[in-house]
Amino acid sequence: MSIRHGLLALLSQGPRYGYQLRAEFESSTGATWPLNIGQVYSTLSRLERDELVTRVGADEEGRFVYRITPPGEADLRRWFATPVARGDRPRDELAIKLAMAVTTPGVDVRQVVQAQRTATLRTLQDLTRLKADAPAVPADQGDRAWRLVLESMIFQSEAEVRWLDHCESYVARVPPPPPAGAPPAGTPAEAPVREGEARR
Amino acid sequence: MSVLALHAVSRDHGAGAGLVHALSEVNLTVAAGEFVAVMGPSGSGKSTLLALAGGLDTPTSGQVVVEGADLGALGGAGRSALRRRSLGYVFQDLNLIPCLTAAENVMLPRELDGARARRARGEAHNALREVGIADLADRYPDEMSGGQQQRVAIARALVGDRRLLLADEPTGALDSHTGEDVMRVLRGRCDAGAACLMVTHESRHAAWADRVVFLRDGRVVDATPGRPGPETLLEDAR
Repeated sequence: MSIRHGLLALLSQGPRYGYQLRAEFESSTGATWPLNIGQVYSTLSRLERDELVTRVGADEEGRFVYRITPPGEADLRRWFATPVARGDRPRDELAIKLAMAVTTPGVDVRQVVQAQRTATLRTLQDLTRLKADAPAVPADQGDRAWRLVLESMIFQSEAEVRWLDHCESYVARVPPPPPAGAPPAGTPAEAPVREGEARR
Repeated sequence: MSVLALHAVSRDHGAGAGLVHALSEVNLTVAAGEFVAVMGPSGSGKSTLLALAGGLDTPTSGQVVVEGADLGALGGAGRSALRRRSLGYVFQDLNLIPCLTAAENVMLPRELDGARARRARGEAHNALREVGIADLADRYPDEMSGGQQQRVAIARALVGDRRLLLADEPTGALDSHTGEDVMRVLRGRCDAGAACLMVTHESRHAAWADRVVFLRDGRVVDATPGRPGPETLLEDAR
């Protein structure tokens, strides 16, 4: 789901071409998750099918500009407002969400961070309760192995909270992005995206 | 009834251009048997909150109620008496007295409170037994590990009938295993009926609490729900 919402987040800043979306997705997420153009177009056609984006006009080479719809904007707001569950995280959706949140105007990053931190701490509490209910000294090898797995989940959750703390203090120090509304470049030539630069 | 209740508590420092709202309109209760952790970035008001809850500082406005007694309505002497009778503190630096044994350290607050030595000694041994180090009663602090010393500090905080435990980064200098042992002791004390308010920056330790409260800029911005049971796990899985 992260590509889908990543593209919606970019489109919330104004209509864009498919290749622009690909380049901006990669630069917004620090080129950590390279996309191929096929993934971008298949995601866009699903978004179009679900009426979250709409096609507006094309250039002389037949490339379409996509625009987010009001239901698309609502879907995006829901995504930012909903914490990521640990179970369903195909890529690092959380990292993508934070990367998008700091580059999308009008998103309260602190709120996104806090909603996630509370959700992660609840997970951490549930895991800790499982650990607290078990004997302090594991009875046998099976218990010992289970304890290690449980603790790996506990330390992963802890790392996530520490990273969220860091994001919050980082965001407090950098200015927010300028207000949205920048329309897409009038002609494709004005979008200076050269192949090979999009990826580092 | 809650053991600790903060009603719209604010604390300002300084005045005029230098005015700082260390804490703004904070409402918080800790029930008997409840373990509450407070988290937040430095400067968010965590330590101020703990100092106010312990009567070491007084709010600019609002009410702090401990065991039904409004701290603001008590005089200085009344507050000191309540602090000795109802409150226990565990600090990051343990403040154990090096020339006293574990048992003598734990007895000290009871003796200061006027308890007879014999009774104080009995209570100290009970408290040490509860935190699992009855056999170390006659050791001096420098003959114990960091984790054992922290247990002595917790025993001292709980000795007598005190039901409210205030802890400021109680696992500060301890390694992860020893830190966990300390959390187990605090958890056990709460399960036995004590109320505990703990400030920590370690989410792994905060997770031992029933409820985690987040402070930012002197305000409570969020909290995990109290005591979720199996139903919340099922809800999450759905």
